[in-house]
Amino acid sequence: MLKFPIYLDYSATTPVDPRVAAKMIPWLTEQFGNPASRSHAYGWDAEKAVEEARAQVAALVGADAKEIIWTSGATESNNLAIKGAARFYEGKGKHIVTVKTEHKAVLDTFRELEREGFEATYLDVQENGLIDLDVLRAALRPDTVLVSVMFVNNEIGVIQPIAEIGEICREKGIVFHVDAAQATGKVDIDLGALKVDLMSFSAHKTYGPKGIGALYVRRKPRVRLEAQMHGGGHERGLRSGTLATHQIVGMGEAFRIAREEMAAENVRIRALRDRLLNGLTSIEATYVNGDLEHRVPHNLNISFAYVEGESLIMAIKDVAVSSGSACTSASLEPSYVLRALGRNDELAHSSIRFTIGRFTTEEEIDYTVELLRSKIGKLRELSPLWEMVQEGVDLDTVQWAAH
Amino acid sequence: MAYSEKVLDHYENPRNVGSFGKDEEGVATGMVGAPACGDVMKLQIKVGKDGVIEDAKFKTYGCGSAIASSSLVTEWVKGKTINQALEIKNTEIAEELALPPVKIHCSILAEDAIKAAVADYKKKHEA
Repeated sequence: MLKFPIYLDYSATTPVDPRVAAKMIPWLTEQFGNPASRSHAYGWDAEKAVEEARAQVAALVGADAKEIIWTSGATESNNLAIKGAARFYEGKGKHIVTVKTEHKAVLDTFRELEREGFEATYLDVQENGLIDLDVLRAALRPDTVLVSVMFVNNEIGVIQPIAEIGEICREKGIVFHVDAAQATGKVDIDLGALKVDLMSFSAHKTYGPKGIGALYVRRKPRVRLEAQMHGGGHERGLRSGTLATHQIVGMGEAFRIAREEMAAENVRIRALRDRLLNGLTSIEATYVNGDLEHRVPHNLNISFAYVEGESLIMAIKDVAVSSGSACTSASLEPSYVLRALGRNDELAHSSIRFTIGRFTTEEEIDYTVELLRSKIGKLRELSPLWEMVQEGVDLDTVQWAAH
Repeated sequence: MAYSEKVLDHYENPRNVGSFGKDEEGVATGMVGAPACGDVMKLQIKVGKDGVIEDAKFKTYGCGSAIASSSLVTEWVKGKTINQALEIKNTEIAEELALPPVKIHCSILAEDAIKAAVADYKKKHEA
C-alpha cells in the first residue's frame, strides 16, 4: 500500500524514528527535571540522561563525550564554531576560507564576519562538486585562521575529502570546522583519526527530533571559542541555556541507532538509489549532478533538460522532493550549488533532488520512476525548447530576449 | 506554494497546446523569455484575411503559472482582431488567474508573447 505523497526528501528532514520518540516522551512528562538542578533526584536523573546521550553522540563520531556541546541544531553549531573561532583567534589573523557550495548557515555566517572586518575566500568546486586540494592550498595565507568545509553537500550529496583537508590545515595551524549535518549515519566519521577541530551535527537529519544539535570541540590539541550565547554558563560556558532533556535524549537515541544500523541500512538504501538512478537515467536527456562515486548512498540529484523544475514538482505532487529551482522566491535564481558546478542556468532550473531514507520502499521507487517518465513526457510536449531541440536547433545559438 | 484553482485547471488541462505548420497562411509566432530565466513562451496566432485571430496555439517552458498564463491567452486572443489582442493587459491575466506577487512576471511574459506574435504578423503582412 502506497501512502501519498511519497516522501523522498530525507535530506530536508527525517521522521523521528518511533524508537526515538518512545524514548523521549518520559522526559517531557515524568522525568521533567532541569539537568542543572543539583539539589534533588529530578535534576540528577535528567543530568544522567543528558550525559548518556552525550556519550551516544560522541560514540557515533569517534569523539570523547567531553568534546560534545549541545546546541539547537546545525545552524547554531555552525554559527558558534565559525564566529566563535574567528573571534577568538582574530589576533592571529583575519582571513577565513570556505567553499561556494556550503550551506547558507555557513555562507551567511561568513558574510557576517566580513561585515565585521574579516576577509573571506570562497573556494570554487570542480565540475563534480568536490574541492580541488591544490586550490585550497593556494588560498591559505599566513593570516588564515579558519577553514570551514562541509562533510556532505545537502543538495548533491558529494563527500568532500575531509581527511586530506584536515592534514593541510593542521600542518599550518589553521582551525578546521566541518558542517556534518548531512553526514551522520551516512558516512563513517572517526574524529580520532580525522584532523578536524570543530564539527557541527543535527539530530533531525538522522531520525532524531528537530531543534537539537551538537558541536564537537576538540580537546587535544585544544580549540577555543568565544561563546555566542551568554547566561548560566551551561556547556562549559560555551552555550548557556537550560538543556532540553527530551530533545537531547532523542538525539542520543537517534545516533545510537545510526551507529548500530548504518552499515546494513546504507546497503539497502544504496540499492534503492541505484534502482531510482537506473530508472530515471533511462529517460532521454537527463543529467546526474555531482560525483556519483564520492557521494552518500541516499542522494540523487538529477536534471531533466527542457523541463522547468517548478512545473515538474507540480506535476509530480504525489512525491515530496526538492527542486534546484528557486523560482518560487522573488530572486528567480536557480540553485547556487548547481551553478558552482558549472551547470547552466537551464539545467539548474530543471533539477530535482531525491533523497531516500529508512522508510523508503522498492514499490515507492518504482512508482516514482513511472510517474517521472510519464510527466516528463507530458511537459516536454508542452516545451518549446524540446520542440526546437527535436528540430535540430542548438539552443545555445538562439538569441533569447532576457527579461 | 499554493496555486489558485484556475492555475491548476490550466496547468492540468492546458488549452491549445501545439504548433502550426510554419508555412501555414496567416500564422505568426511570438517567442519570449529565456531558458536561463526559467521560462520561455511560444505563442502562435493564425490570422484570417479580415484581421481576426482564428486560432492560437502555445508551448511553454516554465512554472505552472507561466503555463497557465499562456494557456489562458490562447483562449482570450481567439476571435479578437490583432489590435484588440494588443489591448490584453498583464494585470487582467494576473487577476483572472489570481497570481501571487512573485508570479506577476508570468503574466507580463504572456502579454509580451501576444505583442511579439502580433509584431511578427505585422512584419510579415504589412511589409
